[in-house]
Amino acid sequence: MSINSRIAEDQPQSFAFNAESKKQIKAILAKYPKDRKASAVIPLLDLAQRQHDNWIPMKAIELIAETLDMAEIRVLEVATFYTMFNLRPVGKYFIQACGTTPCWLRGSDDVMRCIHDKLGIKSGGTSACGKFSLLEVECLGACVNAPMVQINDDYYEDLDYDSTSELIDRLAQDDVPPAGSVKGRQGSQPEPGPTSLGDVIDFKKAKSKTSTSKTSSKKSAGKTRQGGA
Amino acid sequence: MLADQDRIFSNIYGWSSASLAEAKKRGDWARTAGLMKKGPDAVIEAVKASGLRGRGGAGFPTGLKWSFMPKEVKDRPHYLVVNADESEPGTCKDRDILRHEPHKLIEGCLLAGFAMRANTGYIYIRGEFVNEAIALQKAIDEAYADGLLGKNAAKSGWDFDLYVHRGAGAYICGEETALLESLEGRKGQPRLKPPFPAGVGLYGCPTTVNNVETIAVVPTILRRGADWFAGLGREGNTGSKLFCISGHVNNPCNVEEEMGIPLRELIEKHAGGVRGGWDNLLAVIPGGSSTPLMPKHICDDMLMDFDSLKNAGTGLGTAGIIVMDKSTDIVQAIARISYFYKHESCGQCTPCREGTGWMYRMMDRLVRGDAEVDEIDVLHDVTKQVEGHTICALGDAAAWPIQGLIKHFRPEIEERIAARKSAAVAE
Repeated sequence: MSINSRIAEDQPQSFAFNAESKKQIKAILAKYPKDRKASAVIPLLDLAQRQHDNWIPMKAIELIAETLDMAEIRVLEVATFYTMFNLRPVGKYFIQACGTTPCWLRGSDDVMRCIHDKLGIKSGGTSACGKFSLLEVECLGACVNAPMVQINDDYYEDLDYDSTSELIDRLAQDDVPPAGSVKGRQGSQPEPGPTSLGDVIDFKKAKSKTSTSKTSSKKSAGKTRQGGA
Repeated sequence: MLADQDRIFSNIYGWSSASLAEAKKRGDWARTAGLMKKGPDAVIEAVKASGLRGRGGAGFPTGLKWSFMPKEVKDRPHYLVVNADESEPGTCKDRDILRHEPHKLIEGCLLAGFAMRANTGYIYIRGEFVNEAIALQKAIDEAYADGLLGKNAAKSGWDFDLYVHRGAGAYICGEETALLESLEGRKGQPRLKPPFPAGVGLYGCPTTVNNVETIAVVPTILRRGADWFAGLGREGNTGSKLFCISGHVNNPCNVEEEMGIPLRELIEKHAGGVRGGWDNLLAVIPGGSSTPLMPKHICDDMLMDFDSLKNAGTGLGTAGIIVMDKSTDIVQAIARISYFYKHESCGQCTPCREGTGWMYRMMDRLVRGDAEVDEIDVLHDVTKQVEGHTICALGDAAAWPIQGLIKHFRPEIEERIAARKSAAVAE
């Protein structure tokens, strides 16, 4: 892919970090030695992308270079090397669907087909309504909960054609389902229940504790987030 | 089967909170300062005696690796860097530690940092793990607030600061020197070794890079004793290990088991068995996508540890087990892995940059049988020209799966070529 096709033609005339971002930049820079500001380039690109509808304009690249005393080309080459940086606009819901072998073995083709059927897009495309973009990505590291997709920051796991369809329908209504297994599976444990740790955890008691603390919809699946996120 | 009392990660599934209070109830941060009382070298000796080998793929003895760090801090500070860039296809164990057991990792960082005389640690976490990074940062904030990190961390007399650094999507950054490049703000392209990171690492300073699981088991090893850990598994392959079982099993899952557990027992006890029964098994990739596959007859009595798998011509790698039943198009399964490596090659070394693309295009033709039989030999020859001729091991990792396929499934590839030819004649 040539570099030009990755960068949006229509670019905003200016970019500035907002107050909240500026506060965060200060905290980020404090992590690294004073003469090693370039270490903050990935965090700042991420910050710019979050502030700017999930894509990074060229003006932000210039600003980051200036902030970190780097040559612009050094910032741009980082922005193009790492797959998470979008240099052109994407939909409100940016779907990254994993197609690597562990997901493929569990039916990632069905997930991809569903997205294509419902939204008429293939990898790299944005739906006609502008709300959804799709990118086929490589292993996202949730292989025992395959197949899965990442939508913006969240993982949706244990998918098939129908649950992917339901997921898209809800997002189309801006009703964002809780992240995690769409089957309600707890983390990465075997679906019927844990095969280990029964001697150190009272699963019955633990279960009642977690289920009362949640507002449960039928497919409520936010359990993986209880770990602190 | 490993007794529940011997499992290190009792909250691996997240049944309880990842908070400091709950972690302390599980035994984390108990008399941490006491574990450090005998000095840094005693920590290294205990880790050596436990037989712990790195859990990130290479299986290098951890204590030995730590001992490569200079014994005294001179003009340059020492750094601990934790590799949480988990992206080897089939592997998803570190994610569970980060989101459900972060305090085991944080306490391990303090102990490891102390052992290698580092006052600063960075945890490099893959960018896609947004929620995991939030969970980890929350745990670090709690640890600071409780005096477990920072000045006189955990009242040990040792100062230790720990920072989370998020990546942005590049498999290659799991390679330790690419990770350091990335952490310094550049493209993640591996460095030539030597010099090794223990001499010249992050910011040109002595650095040790360890996997998340490796660091997270250290507090328990020190607390329960090296003998306890060394008593699990077998010599040279000690301890317990997190296994990730994905693919064609009834219940894919992560589980902590004893090193050296038979593959079949592991799959049948925890993952509900192979879909359609053990006899429906075609092949298993035992340690993440870069390890060569094993056909069923090798799987039958295979033990899951470093040396057993190495002797079988493959490897334990990250213990990411990818199971494939007889319905699998095995050529396509490996072709998809070839596509992965083509996508993830950093482009620095010519044999890898050009070779991964060439190998994928060839594999793609083999999926359709659109090739001549002697091209299989050409492909094998090319894998041998990529292997060992690149700065890092990504070239090797791209070559091995194809070599494994040709070694064990050559008749399948040849049949496909013959079938296509006869179909063409029939037309």
